[in-house]
Amino acid sequence: MSAKKETLGKTIGVVVAVCLACSIVVSGAAVGLRSLQTTNAALDKKTNILSAAGLLSEASNKAEIAALYDARVQEKFIDLSTGEYVDKPSEDFDMYKAAKTQEFGVSVDDKKVGFKQRSKIANVYHITNEQGDVSRLILPVHGSGLWDLMYGFLALDNDGQTIRELIYYQHKETPGLGAEILNPAWQDKWDGKQLFKNGEVAISVAKNVGNDNEYAVDALSGATLTSNGVENTLVYWAGENGFGTYLKNQSWKS
Amino acid sequence: MADVKEMKKALFGPIVDSNPIALHVLGICSALAITTKLETALVMSVALTAVAAFSNLFISMIRNHIPSSVRIIIQMTIIASLVIVVDQILKAYSYEVSKELSVFVGLIITNCIVMGRAEAYAMKSPPGMSFLDGIGNGLGYSFILIVIGTIKELFGFGTLLGFEILPLVQNGGWYTGNGLLILPFSSFILIGLMIWAIRVYRPEQVEPKE
Repeated sequence: MSAKKETLGKTIGVVVAVCLACSIVVSGAAVGLRSLQTTNAALDKKTNILSAAGLLSEASNKAEIAALYDARVQEKFIDLSTGEYVDKPSEDFDMYKAAKTQEFGVSVDDKKVGFKQRSKIANVYHITNEQGDVSRLILPVHGSGLWDLMYGFLALDNDGQTIRELIYYQHKETPGLGAEILNPAWQDKWDGKQLFKNGEVAISVAKNVGNDNEYAVDALSGATLTSNGVENTLVYWAGENGFGTYLKNQSWKS
Repeated sequence: MADVKEMKKALFGPIVDSNPIALHVLGICSALAITTKLETALVMSVALTAVAAFSNLFISMIRNHIPSSVRIIIQMTIIASLVIVVDQILKAYSYEVSKELSVFVGLIITNCIVMGRAEAYAMKSPPGMSFLDGIGNGLGYSFILIVIGTIKELFGFGTLLGFEILPLVQNGGWYTGNGLLILPFSSFILIGLMIWAIRVYRPEQVEPKE
């Protein structure tokens, strides 16, 4: 190491040059690959919706997933307070981003769900069968788990109360414990459970419920807080602050 | 210019003779975490090899201009930039795997193998050799990861790269998956066994008793 390169000017010069070169490379990569990444993220969402719809086994590659999604899934928007369908508010509407805006945000009183605001417009997905009738409804649900919000899709039959699937697609739960919400064996337990009993939200996640109780699902062992989070999420979103009004109106049938 | 023998040593030496995990015991944390499935182990290997090779190359290219007072920061900047680029590429071309690797791609930045080779080798050697040294150490890391990933996925899940090799009892087969091997800490035991095996095969790696 010669003494010459230890001058202050030289040191700063080298640091600035390295930083400039690195920032150009990084931003170049980020900008250049963005379109591919958004396509991937959109495809991932479609895959999860199809999985909640129980249709994923019919598609094997990316093109088929996109085609199947276009054929069988319709994205609809509803006003949660009235339960009526509304037009898409804007081209790039995202109910999770809209929750934080002045225009769409509604404050949430329920402390247990873990978020303070929700959007008053929500999107739902209609799954149609080959005849074009609505066979399933996919509702986006989210609520806090142990570490962070968990985002998922709840799939209901067209009676608006029989659960078919509960698929989480984004969460930060502990692998092996809370992350078992993604375990197919646990996901299967939701099939056939009833969301409402005599018009009241009845679904729960509890210990030792067995397979006979049609209003409860076995909690995950070692993940009580995650299980509670799942229950709170469903109770909130099935209630009148969530999709309750919409599910009672059954607007998709008309 | 370095002769062929020296190049071979830089490239293949780190696989067994001076394996970064087995001999230097570097980069253990990520090796423990992402070897549950062979696929993630493979992608992680490629990512780390690329980062190690190119960071060595770039650092070696400017090694005579790096002021020694800020050399670690400059190495970090270069490594971090490369890691972000790798992360972006993974998200664009292999979204599923990048979701599974999540935080570990970012953690290549702190992987001691990359920093260690940059500081110990690339700062003193010409670019071509440094590049080979980066690839060599990446291969050494990959070798351990792939062996452990194979053992864990085959005996833990009965599959390899997602294809069923040993049919599990749950799916009507005869094999009961070893639950221990699915957990991260089993890699710890496996790496220990591999270090033992390598040192039996190469006794000169055994440290003298104090």
